[in-house]
Amino acid sequence: MPNVRLMNVTKRYGKIVAVDGVNLHIYDKEYFSLLGPSGCGKTTLLRLIAGLIQPDEGEIYIGDRLVTDVPPEDRDIGFVFQTFALFPHMNSWDNVTYGPRVKGFDVRKSETIGHEVLEMVRLHERLDAYPNELSGGMMQRIAVARALAAGSKLLLLDEPLGQLDAKVRNELRYEIRRMTKDLELTAIHVTHDQAEAMAISDRIAVIKKGKILQVGTPKELYMTPKSVFIAHFIGESNFLEGYVSDLNRRGATIELRGGIKVQAGAPKDMDKGDRAVLAIRPETFVVEKGIKKTENSILGTVERITFEGTNIRYEIRLRNEDSVVVVRPSLVEEWLKVGEKVTVSFSPENTHVFAYPEAGLREELAVE
Amino acid sequence: MLKPKIAKALDKLSSKTAIKNTIYTVSIIIFFALILLPPILGIIIKWGSIEDVLNQPKLMSEAFNAIAASFAVAFFVSFIDVVAGVPMAWMITRGKSKWLSVLDTLSDIPFIVPTATLGYSLLLFWNEPGGLSSLFGASFVSPGWLLVILLHFTFSFPVVVRVMVGALLDYKLEYEQAARTLGAAPLTADRTVTFPILKHSLIASFTLAFARSLSETGATMMVAGAFVHGPIFINKHIGEAGPLVFVSAILIALSGLVFVTIRLLGPRLKMPVRKVWPVVERKLSSSTIASSRNGLTLLIFFVIVLVPSLFVAVPAFEAIFTGVLPEALGGVGVWGDYWRSISLSYFVGIVVTLLNVAIGLPMAIIIARRKIGNGPSAVLDVLVNIPIIVPSVALGASLAIFWKENFAFMPEIWLLIFAHLSITYPYFVRSMSAAVERISMELEEAGRTLGAKPLGVFRTIIFPLTKYSMLSGAIMMFTRSVSETGATLVVSNLVTAPVLLVNWVKSGAPTATLGLGCGFLILFSFIILLVLRLVVKGREAY
Ligand SMILES: Nc1ncnc2c1ncn2[C@@H]1O[C@H](COP(=O)(O)OP(=O)(O)OP(=O)(O)O)[C@@H](O)[C@H]1O
Ligand SMILES: [Mg+2]
Repeated sequence: MPNVRLMNVTKRYGKIVAVDGVNLHIYDKEYFSLLGPSGCGKTTLLRLIAGLIQPDEGEIYIGDRLVTDVPPEDRDIGFVFQTFALFPHMNSWDNVTYGPRVKGFDVRKSETIGHEVLEMVRLHERLDAYPNELSGGMMQRIAVARALAAGSKLLLLDEPLGQLDAKVRNELRYEIRRMTKDLELTAIHVTHDQAEAMAISDRIAVIKKGKILQVGTPKELYMTPKSVFIAHFIGESNFLEGYVSDLNRRGATIELRGGIKVQAGAPKDMDKGDRAVLAIRPETFVVEKGIKKTENSILGTVERITFEGTNIRYEIRLRNEDSVVVVRPSLVEEWLKVGEKVTVSFSPENTHVFAYPEAGLREELAVE
Repeated sequence: MLKPKIAKALDKLSSKTAIKNTIYTVSIIIFFALILLPPILGIIIKWGSIEDVLNQPKLMSEAFNAIAASFAVAFFVSFIDVVAGVPMAWMITRGKSKWLSVLDTLSDIPFIVPTATLGYSLLLFWNEPGGLSSLFGASFVSPGWLLVILLHFTFSFPVVVRVMVGALLDYKLEYEQAARTLGAAPLTADRTVTFPILKHSLIASFTLAFARSLSETGATMMVAGAFVHGPIFINKHIGEAGPLVFVSAILIALSGLVFVTIRLLGPRLKMPVRKVWPVVERKLSSSTIASSRNGLTLLIFFVIVLVPSLFVAVPAFEAIFTGVLPEALGGVGVWGDYWRSISLSYFVGIVVTLLNVAIGLPMAIIIARRKIGNGPSAVLDVLVNIPIIVPSVALGASLAIFWKENFAFMPEIWLLIFAHLSITYPYFVRSMSAAVERISMELEEAGRTLGAKPLGVFRTIIFPLTKYSMLSGAIMMFTRSVSETGATLVVSNLVTAPVLLVNWVKSGAPTATLGLGCGFLILFSFIILLVLRLVVKGREAY
């Protein structure tokens, strides 16, 4: 029953607080991602769970067992390293069967396990090849196979796809998920790539500067971000600054720069007159040529067009000089032209209102 | 603003192929003409005198015994060095205590104490009434084979620690961590993953310790008593060409064979990584065993390496109260000779270091970057080692024969400098070529594509990245030159500091005088070491 619980876990490196009072519950058989920008403490958190480093404060449970002082070899885990860490002096087969051997399984059993996991990663040829003779994708499969062969029910993966090119990465990420589901494993997957986390996770924890900002399913994080940062980091958002000019039954009226008033969704814990940030996803805008008068419509001019394949991306300068990004499917509609006057509108349900961050908007959104 | 202009002009010159090739050619010619061939040619010139030994069965069997003793000591000591040195390096790199960096510095001390001084210091510690013997009533370890082994352990131990600390710092901890997450106990992980990956460094540390033990003469003479090994045998028959040629030739041939064997077999040597004893190894990984191992390592280090090396400082303290110190500082009596010998030692040390940096640097680059093709560069790589394995006394004698018989006009000071050039050259080229090799070629190419000329690449990329190795190579040459005794004794009548100290010991100078004489040398070397540490403080950056 490998569910994992972290209670008030803190890890410091000198003055840097790499992991800051983290509380987290990862359920049994769940595919869980730790997502955050570079340097936010994801690897540190994963290594704490693995026992490769010890926390300064807090407790870690794997199943019902308190493991804070248990060395990694006794935690019954599998760990896939970002750089794979395949033993350079052993061939693929010896790498894969290393776990069963050091755990003292007899030769026959070790070999059976070895063949099983290699079957699973579909890599049965090149067993006598050494790591430096394998491609990145193969090394990754061997690394996963090696971690699986140890037979534990908890698999920890530190950016396991980070070293691979985009195509291989996309294939392998579903394969890893499929295997963990087939074997009924609990998986904790570290990544800084939100698309990857969204695609494969049951739940995601978004981390910034050592703290967990929000935990939820990919859909929850996308639909109901709890902060400006999440709205920015998961998917994409336009942020318009203003203040709450009225609170009403449907939500709030926000007055943007230039005195433009729009209707938005309900803000949390905000009063009339508070500074606010209105977040709108680029794909929720409706853009029409010319001047249209509907609810929440703002006039603007197309400044730049980027063709992205599936989508087309417009940068539109609004009449109050704010700029928004609008994304539309490229095959469905007629394209706009640079310089064209347009009306941009959005529905209140597709917006989120956040209190203006104390540190300033730009600082709040910074990923470093 | 003259300097940047000169640098620019030189950079421009360096891109001319003719000039580059001239530099490489000259450095190769100098290597053969000054470093490699003279020590060997001297022996070859006198090859005929080998019959003197062949015609005297008794002398010959003595010679064979001496050679056997040399190899026995070298093998045994290097083996023990690795066994004791690896845990020490492990503790220094893996421990958490702040004191470990102090321990790291301390472990260098025996390396920089002049070997003749070291021999005397050990003698005082193990044998003389003032040392351990005072605890036990009688001489605890008297001069002889056991003291020779203790001595060789003392001066070669730091070599292993240095090499292994470097290797462990470079080692990617993730391999070991991967093994641990797969269920391996610490000892199992070390045995099946870490040590096999560090095999090259283990072999390198063994070979260096081996070479050092094989060629040492000066300190061994002080503690040998009736014990005779190769270098001592040569020294006993100094002035006779036969024993010199016979023993040197065999030592060079055999150690060459040993080196080639290690080079060829080393990479194929397989450690038993597939066999695992989970239960036993887990028990042996326990923290009690680990801390007893650390305790034992520290004990060995302090009792056998550090304290004996510094023991000579004790009578030096006595000297402060007996008025020997003012005498010494004032240069009264024998102290006049002492300061002259010290100046000579440091003068030779500086000249040798500078010359070797100049001629060794292009060689290091030739070897590391295979500038003259793969094969020839590899051959040079092997040849560069030869001067370390020739016993220093044999090297000195051979040089003396070569220069005196062919170039009688050569002043003695030059013979001395040539001898020291040969002895110290390998240390520099070794550490520099390894350092250059660690810099990725891509980095250098990046510099070139950005428009830097070859010398510019060296100034702006290679030099900053290898400063630590260059400096430590230079320091090794310098301390080695200052402490050199065996070759110096034979090659000239000039009295350097180690030669003077050996003379003092032989003539039975008072312990306070001797202690102070040695103490000054240690103090100066220690200051050099400290400066080195301060200058390259940021070495973790690479
Ligand atoms: N051994 C260490 N010593 C000192 N500081 C460390 C150490 N390991 C991590 N840190 C610091 O802790 C913070 C978190 O590092 P961590 O490696 O966990 O980040 P990460 O989220 O995995 O980043 P990335 O996506 O770049 O891998 C960083 O500021 C890092 O500099
Ligand atoms: Mg990381």
